[in-house]
Amino acid sequence: MTTNPATEPAPASARRAKLTASGVDVFYGPKHAIKKVSIDIAEREVVAFIGPSGCGKSTFLRCLNRMNDTIAACRVTGDIRLDRDDIYAPDVDVVQLRARVGMVFQKPNPFPKSIYDNVAYGPRIHGLAGSKSELDGIVEHALKGAALWKEVADRLDSPGTGLSGGQQQRLCIARAIAVSPEVILMDEPCSALDPIATAHVEELIDELRARYTIVIVTHNMQQAARVSQRTAFFHLGELVEENDTSVIFTNPRDERTQGYITGRYG
Amino acid sequence: MASHIVKSYDEQLRKLNDTLVRMGGVVESQISAAMQALTRRDPDLALATVAGDARVDELERQVDEQVVTLLALRQPMASDLRLVVGSLRIASDLERMADYAKNVAKRSVALSQMTPVSIAATLPRMGRVAQEMVKDVLDAYVARDVDKAVAVWNRDEELDALHASLFRELVTHMMEDARNITPATHLLFIAKNLERIGDHATNVAEAIHFQVVGRMLSDARPKGGEASVAVVVPGATAGDA
Repeated sequence: MTTNPATEPAPASARRAKLTASGVDVFYGPKHAIKKVSIDIAEREVVAFIGPSGCGKSTFLRCLNRMNDTIAACRVTGDIRLDRDDIYAPDVDVVQLRARVGMVFQKPNPFPKSIYDNVAYGPRIHGLAGSKSELDGIVEHALKGAALWKEVADRLDSPGTGLSGGQQQRLCIARAIAVSPEVILMDEPCSALDPIATAHVEELIDELRARYTIVIVTHNMQQAARVSQRTAFFHLGELVEENDTSVIFTNPRDERTQGYITGRYG
Repeated sequence: MASHIVKSYDEQLRKLNDTLVRMGGVVESQISAAMQALTRRDPDLALATVAGDARVDELERQVDEQVVTLLALRQPMASDLRLVVGSLRIASDLERMADYAKNVAKRSVALSQMTPVSIAATLPRMGRVAQEMVKDVLDAYVARDVDKAVAVWNRDEELDALHASLFRELVTHMMEDARNITPATHLLFIAKNLERIGDHATNVAEAIHFQVVGRMLSDARPKGGEASVAVVVPGATAGDA
């Protein structure tokens, strides 16, 4: 009746794992940034990574589509699989991988091009459209998917950088989904947005969940609570605890999680 | 537990706790005063007890306000969330207990005008058990003592059994002498009030369990007697009832 919840193993997600990380370590030169992290990320679910600054959550996120490859001093060991395929295998085409695992960043970063070209860029380089009308269709579909179509349909030729912050972020989401990814990684996608624009993006995340697997890094715990089904808490490079979001925010098992989410000294 | 980075948050939680503890103290003394008024046939104390219920209502309103403010301004999480939500439930249970105490006091005013019914020691004993349950559950709240809360939760069985036996006793009195019907009916309601106070004490125990452990007390609570559905046949002896 009064058993200690900390002794019971956290239940895994009921869904099939889309991404599986096992024993992942990341080093930035001598710094051991991620320590033996293992996690299953279920398909068509939103997983939130939370934790204090410098805990490694963004670093780990960037392992999931090999964005860390671009940092010379960064070394990743361990095993990360997308649908059982080792994404660090020598024969993996990183550009193809990043089409399957798309990314949205903290600050909206549209290309200095038209709204249309921002979205059409990915489909063009991946050769996804055989004709202009097919490309038009992809762009429209992506903009609709990002809940931006109604606002920009009559000005697709205007520069993407002329949109408001919230619209720019949705444009970046449209750009990410235009190449039909399977997973979308979001690194603090709302931290530069006002509450209304944030609500639009959160609503969009909720809709995107029907088709994509989404991993979101956020400093806003209410946001993690609102948009995710599973939450993972990182601390000093370790994955401390991962569980259903409702459990993490009402009854976390680890003292460190408890301290962080209630705003106490850890 | 470590303190919050924002100190005023700790202060607000501490104030909520203080209000609830104060409310618990007032409810305890209301129940005890109502039982004294009943056993001593003291209408003045009874009327003072009835008037005293307003203080409990005021304290419940304060808890409600503090909880709403905390939810709106702090968005409490995890153990803090459970503390705040649990406090709301506990305040509402305490308020109900005080209502039952008020009803006991009201009926004791009426009873003090009537010939006493000899009901041996069962009713005062019920009063004692109910008061002990309330005291223990409040101690459990202050000490965050889950084991003590669970003990109160289990003890409700005893109160239910006393209620069932008092029910049979009073029905027997009514059958023996029709003049007993009015006072015995008041006593039946008083017994029911005490039994309900015990039920609310178990609710508080459940809220404490939730606050501390983070899960509901889910096992079915033991039952000591079903007075309200006991069958009494005129002409049968009390033992058969």
